[in-house]
Amino acid sequence: MRVGLFIPCYVDQLYPQVGIATLELLEKFGCEIVYPPNQTCCGQPMANSGFEHLTGECTTLFAKNFAGFDYIVSPSGSCVLHIKEHAHADAGLHDRTFELVEFLTDVLRIDRLDASFPYRVGLHQSCHGQRDLHLAQMSELMAPPFSKPMQLLNMVKKIQLIPLDRKDECCGFGGTFCVAEEAVSVKMGKDRVADHSKHGAEVITGSDMSCLMHLEGILRRQKSPVQVKHIAEILNSNIEA
Amino acid sequence: MSNQKDHAALAAAFNKDEARVDWHDQTLWWVRAKRDKAAAQVPDWEALRDTASRIKDNVLSNLSDYLRQFEEAATRNGIIIHWAADAQEHNDIVLSILRNHKVHRMVKSKSMLTEECHLNEFLKDNGVEVVDTDLGERVVQLADEPPSHIVLPCIHWKKEEIGELFHQHLGTPKGNADPQLLTYAARLHLREKFLTRRVALTGVNFAVAETGEFVVCTNEGNADMGAHLADVHIACMGIEKLVPLRRNLGVFLRLLARSATGQPVTTYSSHFKRPRPGQEMHVVLVDNGRSTHLGRADFRNSLKCIRCAACFNTCPVYRRSGGHSYHTAVAGPIGSILSPNLDMKKYSDLPFASTLCGSCSNVCPVKIDIHEQLYKWRQVIVQEGNATAAKTAAMKTMSWVLSNPGIYHSAGKAGRWFMLNTPFVVKNKWNAWYLQRELPEPPKQSFSQWYKKNRKQ
Repeated sequence: MRVGLFIPCYVDQLYPQVGIATLELLEKFGCEIVYPPNQTCCGQPMANSGFEHLTGECTTLFAKNFAGFDYIVSPSGSCVLHIKEHAHADAGLHDRTFELVEFLTDVLRIDRLDASFPYRVGLHQSCHGQRDLHLAQMSELMAPPFSKPMQLLNMVKKIQLIPLDRKDECCGFGGTFCVAEEAVSVKMGKDRVADHSKHGAEVITGSDMSCLMHLEGILRRQKSPVQVKHIAEILNSNIEA
Repeated sequence: MSNQKDHAALAAAFNKDEARVDWHDQTLWWVRAKRDKAAAQVPDWEALRDTASRIKDNVLSNLSDYLRQFEEAATRNGIIIHWAADAQEHNDIVLSILRNHKVHRMVKSKSMLTEECHLNEFLKDNGVEVVDTDLGERVVQLADEPPSHIVLPCIHWKKEEIGELFHQHLGTPKGNADPQLLTYAARLHLREKFLTRRVALTGVNFAVAETGEFVVCTNEGNADMGAHLADVHIACMGIEKLVPLRRNLGVFLRLLARSATGQPVTTYSSHFKRPRPGQEMHVVLVDNGRSTHLGRADFRNSLKCIRCAACFNTCPVYRRSGGHSYHTAVAGPIGSILSPNLDMKKYSDLPFASTLCGSCSNVCPVKIDIHEQLYKWRQVIVQEGNATAAKTAAMKTMSWVLSNPGIYHSAGKAGRWFMLNTPFVVKNKWNAWYLQRELPEPPKQSFSQWYKKNRKQ
């Protein structure tokens, strides 16, 4: 199985450890992982700002970089959503592109993990992954519950998963929203952080680093000891207490 | 956007009082939680939403036929039908009815359509006194401001503030904010209006093409009180409010109150079919941009809206920015996709007042793809030249860098390019990010640099 690894631009530049954890994790399951060196961005930042018409070259470049793989996997629900729904819906890439969590649960169908993470962890359920890619049931719908990220986190030894008052409320990142609507964006982030802190989280995790970057910015401004970690980092951890 | 402050600026002002934002957020979240509980008690909630959505598909695809059918049936019932192409025509029609009856004061029950048409201001300018009889509407009317929520018009007011307002306007004791005392004062105040006004205007929740009747849903019974006591009942409705058959109400009435407030049904769901002897009954059918909207394939779905405001209550942005930050009659997520149709330039900010989290689409009882339409409106707004030159230039630069791997990688050494050009800083550099957040610490090397060193290629 040849898997093309798509590391979103801001993860490549700001959070290399998330790319490394994703790569190592997939390697553990015997996938042949290739990181096409000329990749940049999926084009979502422009599209969500109303400039979808400027994303043509990004989209072409992406298709060129990721031609010929069995699967394309990325540790970001948001970028994957853009690739599947907005950019490559008709280019044949959409049904081969997976967000990391769903790739592990639905394609590799893993049922055990050699991971240990002895901390109290709160799961931030990012909206695009949840409400658009359906990584977890949505609290608004009257339908049976499930959660793919929880399914994976529950395989991690020594982890303590904490409950939340609002388990799928948006953190307020929202791409350019985070600066264009700074006041509301920050307030939303502060409220998310407070929910996790109130329930004793030591670490906030999630499958979208952009949300976590926003929450981390708030936590560090508050001088909070709470850390953020991408879910790939936890699934790839082997920390004994 | 001329002199009008945009959503971001108005929301920032609202956020100056954080405790109040918390209170507003929690109040509306409580309504959302009530909605969840009520919806969970209906065994086939999702199927019910689906059915409602399909009935509305039928209505929108055959709107002209249903409108004619409704007109014929209603006329047979003795209702006088008026057609208004826009807000001005609507207002003129209402005024002409009042003038025919030589009436210069009337009562009105909650009608978001008349808010959309700015009827109160128009009538006031023409010497007509309007008293809103819904308690929440009366509160905002006394305060001389528009409703901040289409179902809960004064949800942004605390009871102590209403106590003070009533003290000033209705003479209640100063410092008394006892809800029972305040509602009793309002009751006495409004009772006198109901008894002395000869014309009552109501909104319409549903109009039935088959029978020519219309249904008005309230919890206070004020629409009934007004309509039953008045010589003339004027009901104003948008042309999309139709349902084909009376039995369709069994779907919509089950969804409406549960979605709106978490009640199984509104206290009053009153059917008006014909005027009582000696009474005159008018229905004003208003287009005001709806036909144009119907012609926009990507957006016509939003005409399914039954004005329950579930999308308001669930919206994390609405809860933390308040209804007035949307500077339009219908605020919240649904307002953000309806308003650009009315005036794209004036409301070009609204589709951006969202994180596209998608919660609105999930609570919508008629399954409007609200967050997808927000995304699509952004494209239309930019394509039609409503983005600032600075934003356009920044987006072009970003697109150019991200389309050229060589430039991206040389510019992006260990996050440097990102620190200067990241998507979310195009407008304000890092300032807006940094006001209340720390920056990520740029790592020593990017992932691609690490990969080059650590994996064979």
